[in-house]
Amino acid sequence: MDNGTDEVFTTRGLTRLYRMGEVTIRALQGVDLVLYRGELVVMLGASGSGKSTLLNILGGLDSPSDGEVHYRDGAGQEHDLTRASQRQLTRFRRHHVGFVFQFYNLISSLTARENVAIVTDISQDPMPPEAALALVGLAERLDHFPSQLSGGEQQRVAIARAVAKQPDVLLCDEPTGALDFRTGIRVLEVLERVNRETGTTVAIITHNEVIGEMADRVIRLRDGRVDEIHTNARRRPPGELRW
Amino acid sequence: MLTLDRKLHRDLWRLKGQALAIAVVIAGGVMTLILAVTTLEALTGSRDRFYASHHFAEVFADVKRAPAGLMPRLQGIEGVNRIESRVRAAVRLAVPGFADPVRGLLVSIPDGRQPTLNRLKLLAGALPASGRDDQVVVSDAFAEAHDLAPGDTLEAIIDGRQTRLRLSGIALSPEHLYQAAPTDLMPDYRRYAVMWMNERALANAYDMEGAFNSLTLTLQAGARQEDVIDALDLTLARYGGTGAQTRHDQQSHRFLEEELAQQRLMAGVLPAIFLSVSAFLLNVVMGRIIQTQREQLAVLKAFGYRDRELARHYALLAGAIVLAGWALGVTLGAWAASGMAGLYREYFRFPEMVFRVPAWALALSLGVVVLAALAGTWQAVWRAVSRPPAEAMRPPAPARFRQGWLERALPAALLGHEGRIILRNLARHPAKAGLSVAGIALSCGLLMVGAYQLDAVEAMLDQQYRQVLRMDVELTFIDATPARAVGELRHQPGVMAVEPWRRVPATLIHGHREVRTSLLGLEPMPRLRQLLDADGHARGLPEEGLTLTRHLAGELEARIGDTLEVAIMEGQRRRVDLPLVALVDEPLGTGAYLRRESLNALMGEGPAISGAWLLVDSQRMSELNAALWTMPGVAAIGLLAEAERGIRDYLDETLMMVALIFVTVAGSIAFGVVYNNARIAFAERAREMATLQVLGYTRAEVSRILLGEIALLTLVAIPLGWAIGIAFARLLNQAFSSDLYRIPLVFTPQAFGIAAGGVLGASLLVGLLVVRRLGRLDRIRVLKAVE
Repeated sequence: MDNGTDEVFTTRGLTRLYRMGEVTIRALQGVDLVLYRGELVVMLGASGSGKSTLLNILGGLDSPSDGEVHYRDGAGQEHDLTRASQRQLTRFRRHHVGFVFQFYNLISSLTARENVAIVTDISQDPMPPEAALALVGLAERLDHFPSQLSGGEQQRVAIARAVAKQPDVLLCDEPTGALDFRTGIRVLEVLERVNRETGTTVAIITHNEVIGEMADRVIRLRDGRVDEIHTNARRRPPGELRW
Repeated sequence: MLTLDRKLHRDLWRLKGQALAIAVVIAGGVMTLILAVTTLEALTGSRDRFYASHHFAEVFADVKRAPAGLMPRLQGIEGVNRIESRVRAAVRLAVPGFADPVRGLLVSIPDGRQPTLNRLKLLAGALPASGRDDQVVVSDAFAEAHDLAPGDTLEAIIDGRQTRLRLSGIALSPEHLYQAAPTDLMPDYRRYAVMWMNERALANAYDMEGAFNSLTLTLQAGARQEDVIDALDLTLARYGGTGAQTRHDQQSHRFLEEELAQQRLMAGVLPAIFLSVSAFLLNVVMGRIIQTQREQLAVLKAFGYRDRELARHYALLAGAIVLAGWALGVTLGAWAASGMAGLYREYFRFPEMVFRVPAWALALSLGVVVLAALAGTWQAVWRAVSRPPAEAMRPPAPARFRQGWLERALPAALLGHEGRIILRNLARHPAKAGLSVAGIALSCGLLMVGAYQLDAVEAMLDQQYRQVLRMDVELTFIDATPARAVGELRHQPGVMAVEPWRRVPATLIHGHREVRTSLLGLEPMPRLRQLLDADGHARGLPEEGLTLTRHLAGELEARIGDTLEVAIMEGQRRRVDLPLVALVDEPLGTGAYLRRESLNALMGEGPAISGAWLLVDSQRMSELNAALWTMPGVAAIGLLAEAERGIRDYLDETLMMVALIFVTVAGSIAFGVVYNNARIAFAERAREMATLQVLGYTRAEVSRILLGEIALLTLVAIPLGWAIGIAFARLLNQAFSSDLYRIPLVFTPQAFGIAAGGVLGASLLVGLLVVRRLGRLDRIRVLKAVE
């Protein structure tokens, strides 16, 4: 973390309502938040706290029902995601954001290398898919299909896919949620390394309190609101985490 | 877009089963179009080329006898281009080694050379040498049927006198492409011959020296056909003209036209039905395949793929499948068309038949299927991309399951867990279930139409030959003969019953409608040639007035009680008004009937007859043939059993082929639909089924849910399919009704059975395939993967 004042995301009064069947769910209710360039943030919260919704809105996958969200890119250009068209949101995701999902969401008909390539194909200044896979320790498994990889390996392919385009921000939705402890640590190490070596802003959402210890800041969400923001004096290396 | 294209290849490979099923559906639609259009173009093209190169005449006129000196006057009629007179004579033939009587038509040609009009295409030998009076050229079909070659001889009775004829050559004529005897519906090449003979020789044998009894002519450009015909009729009336005709009424041309009209309908109606069914199914199936890729689409979107890039990807996926189906359809269509060519070659004696798939048919079929695929794909892709990706990736909101009315109506014990799951699954997606049912019902309907065609033709022939035409032999006399000849016929060997008839050519006029036909004078209650009412019961002729077939009355727009003007074209050529007093229902031909005494009275003649129908002891048939051969007044002897066999053989061959193609295509479509339904249902339920298996359900129990769903959809679809089939059949039935025949609307239990059996069979096959797939389901992986 080089500069604590360079804002990447700023949200004001962010609100999101869903109709799930016959019920209306208030996923976010007026979230004010700032994320800074180069930091590693962990957003903690129980299931239903609104953390995934927040991440989706930051990543341009979803739009708020009310409130504002702004994004400032590396060149200092300000983007208003609230009023962006679908086309602008697509461009935003294409050039600035990398995603890692809980269930990896790899395309089963493509190999590891191709799953990365499908993103680098449409990126402006990507790293080679092989380099991205080497970064996550999968240099040896380039031509394996998802069905031939373990859960941890699949998640690392997903991370390689997200970082290969050299995004400004990396948004990770429960990246270890489907993994066992040892594999989870491995994945967190990869994320920490990407943050440290490339300076990419990384936001991880999880319900696992322990993971918060590896972050610069921990943002705690409850019932769709920011409950508490806590800055760690020291980032603990993922290898030291235990749960 | 390299990696996305690779995904396309892999997806295509992964979906190969479904893709193939869709391709088959498309191929079915395309095939019917290509087949019908190619056949139609081949027939039309071959005919037109032959007509042009051999100067087929445009107007034809028969007279009793006109002097040759009349020709300059006829040539002078305004609008006449080339005109040629000739002698035509009905003859009886005996072919060595063939016991049945053979009818023949002798046509004169100028001595030793080709006629100006209706030129012959010589296939073997030569024209009769100038001055020879025994040489003839015979039609190739007859020569082929009896294995005749130039140099062979035939015995003939011309105008009651026996003569020996020698074959000089074998030829085709544009005037007799379709060689059926005058009162027959189907060609019988073994029993009917057309022959050409030097004019002087035939005139001599037929007592026509210095005279003619037939005219053919072509028209000058811009001449009005009607005016020329009126002028001809006026001039020829006093020579016993029976009314000049255009090609429209010329027998061979007319039969060809009827056949071509059928083909044109085939080319219009059937492909329209098949293509729209396959377009609809394609639309549904593509939509559902893309629906199952919803999650992948969302991921690609999350990474910044644009809607149009994704739309292109799925358009290519659909396009590849469609293109494969189209290519398959074109190939099969062209292949089937060349098969049909062989059949048609038998019946239409074209010198050459060129089969070429017309470019417009290729473009049209491609356009239709591509549009259908794009429409289906576009809708589904649009639905998928138009939602925010986060929403698309989230498992769908728990669907609102309810107890449906059906479920509440059935006792719980009867349903069981599986039944309940099936019912609720279907109730949850009523639109989806509805589309599946519609798809299966449509293919069931197509199967039904295929089966109906065969049954209907069978029923039509049964009615015609069991109920209408009940005689064994039809005798035609050279001239009107006193009715006392009946007594003589009754004493011929083997004859069990005789019924005389009188036929007179006439034109029926009602308002501005005019139909050229003949009046048939019958006994008050005809038995050997029955008249049937709408219920199929035999009925008698009213004492006065005309009785028409329902079809003919429709042509004339006449109703019972209306008065028709009848212009008789024989004898004194009277014009009389006759009331329409009754209608009869006959599947074939256009008949106008009245009592024979009434017709004799109209003609101002005594009790005369034109011929007689005989009921014969089949054991003594050859004895009778021998006796009839020596009777001088007989112009033709027709054997009904042979005529029936001819028509059945023809229909069996052509219709069977068409129906077989129909049923195969419909069956493939049924399979394609059911298979895709099942595969998609399987993909949608994989997680649910894996869960049930993990919970301890056996594979058989889980299979029951999936199979139960398929079975339920199929069972619901079958009655609907029957209804669709009946509607399609009605449509076809109306479209195909012609002067030549009307196909009755009959549905046998077999037709219902074939339709239901077809889709049930397809479902069963699909069920087996799906159960096999269930065995390979990786339960752990399915459960771990996100829904």
